[in-house]
Amino acid sequence: MNITEQTEKARHLRADIIKMLYLAKSGHPGGSLSCVEMLMALYYNVAKIDPKNPRWEKRDRIVMSKGHACPALYAVLADKGYFPREDLWRLRKIDSHLQGHPDMRKTPGVDVSTGSLGQGVSVAGGMALAAKHKGEDIKAYAILGDGEIQEGLVWEACMSAAHFGLDNLTILLDHNGLQIDGPNDEVMSLGDIMGKFAAFGFHCEKVDGHNIGEIVGALGTDSHGKPKFICCETVKGKGVSFMENNFGWHGKAPNEGEYKTALGELGVELDG
Amino acid sequence: MAEMKSLRIAYGEALVQAGKLDDRIVVLDADVSSATMTNIFKKAYPDRHYNFGIAEANMVCAATGMAQSGLIPFVSTFALFGAARAFEPLRNSVAYMGANVKLGLSHSGLSVGEDGGSHQAVEDIALMRLLPGMTIFVPCDAFEMEKAVKAAVEIDGPVYIRVARPVTEYFTAKDDPFVPGKANILRDGKDAAIFAAGLMIEQALAAAKILEGEGISAAVVNFHTIKPFDQDTALEFANRCGVVVTAEEHSIIGGLGSAVAQALMGKANCKFDMVGIRDSYGKSGDPALLFKEYGLTAEDIAGKVRDKVGI
Repeated sequence: MNITEQTEKARHLRADIIKMLYLAKSGHPGGSLSCVEMLMALYYNVAKIDPKNPRWEKRDRIVMSKGHACPALYAVLADKGYFPREDLWRLRKIDSHLQGHPDMRKTPGVDVSTGSLGQGVSVAGGMALAAKHKGEDIKAYAILGDGEIQEGLVWEACMSAAHFGLDNLTILLDHNGLQIDGPNDEVMSLGDIMGKFAAFGFHCEKVDGHNIGEIVGALGTDSHGKPKFICCETVKGKGVSFMENNFGWHGKAPNEGEYKTALGELGVELDG
Repeated sequence: MAEMKSLRIAYGEALVQAGKLDDRIVVLDADVSSATMTNIFKKAYPDRHYNFGIAEANMVCAATGMAQSGLIPFVSTFALFGAARAFEPLRNSVAYMGANVKLGLSHSGLSVGEDGGSHQAVEDIALMRLLPGMTIFVPCDAFEMEKAVKAAVEIDGPVYIRVARPVTEYFTAKDDPFVPGKANILRDGKDAAIFAAGLMIEQALAAAKILEGEGISAAVVNFHTIKPFDQDTALEFANRCGVVVTAEEHSIIGGLGSAVAQALMGKANCKFDMVGIRDSYGKSGDPALLFKEYGLTAEDIAGKVRDKVGI
């Protein structure tokens, strides 16, 4: 799939996300829509994975530290063939393997159960360290929300990543600027994000988080023996006008009218 | 004088033994390796010992990452910081995923002594009992410590080993069985049963001796595994003896006594009481004096048995 085709794919994945949330009647559209291209950069371009063998020992690890955005992850995993796409429409239902937050014991392709913010990046660090320990060429990627970095554990993880020389660990930050209660800087200022990660010993890059090519480029740069931080500038609710940059859509499902409007805007017709 | 050995040194040495047999074993510590005695492992296997600094939550989560990548991490720090401070990471990033992480947490209970209440974990067992899938070992001597570490390696899933600070006598024999979830009878009796674990084994055995002098025959059962709990043995002794007194160096809320009460409730016909810390924090002092002040001595156990037996 070339980048143009992937951009087209992103539109369809967004439609899947909207449909999942509409049918589930709950969930997190804003932060799911903002990280679609970040996931695509990994799953369709960079990460060493095998959807036919989700537990392949030599695979790269992808940790959705911002677990609430799992609809985006599930849409990607289904598209990659980890499980049937029809499963998506059972998100959050009692008999579904698709939990409200990712569960590695239930869903093929989920490497780490997440949802409690700050922990995914720390687990990813442990995976990167284990790869170093065993002398394996395995990379660990953690996708974080921007509100998430208010968790102190994130910085414990960053300090140890630099200390252990984890140049096989990459943090991708979904910097959409909003969290549940409002803009980051009203809730708890994040300050100089790039400066903070640089000070913790990371090689830092900044990209347009909706440009797959840019993200792939940043993933490929030499980090000079350091762990890597990629600040992905994104729009919360990307692709659906009334959800964009509106923190009210952090954790609210669309109703029928909103669902249809959203699909119309995305230019995607879904069955059923 | 009886032979004595530090439980912490036994833990460190057991790690070395386990590490020799299984190269998947790595040890993580949070800047207290000279107190948890994982520095013994570090000396033997410097490349397999990782110091995470004073950041317990990160250590616990990273251990899960290492376990998910095929290693068997033993995580050590003080029980209060490992089990309590890092509780939610233990819940969501270890137990929830069923990660093959072993926790060997030291400085549990009042026996920490002079460092005082901020460092004496009297709630660690309660916290660990709350986690589905967690196995909990409370070894009473160096032999049991060695066996607990070995058993932990064989279990596929999270295990908590409570490592008390003191030097203890041997209350078990080297070739005694150590079957996870199966209590060991240290002494049989017919009038009462004392259920104990860890350091309280010493007090329980001494209590049985005191009672013996008064004509009360008290059994002492060693519940080295708190979870999964050996309900069968508890029921057998409760029904046979009619009196059960539990003894733990832990809060009576959520520890061994609570586990016994839950196991017996509605199923056994017996009188019941608990010796343990009664909803309070510890404080600084000589451990023996603290045991006395908090009612954890052999005489305290004997008193409760006496009371329930009705003499």
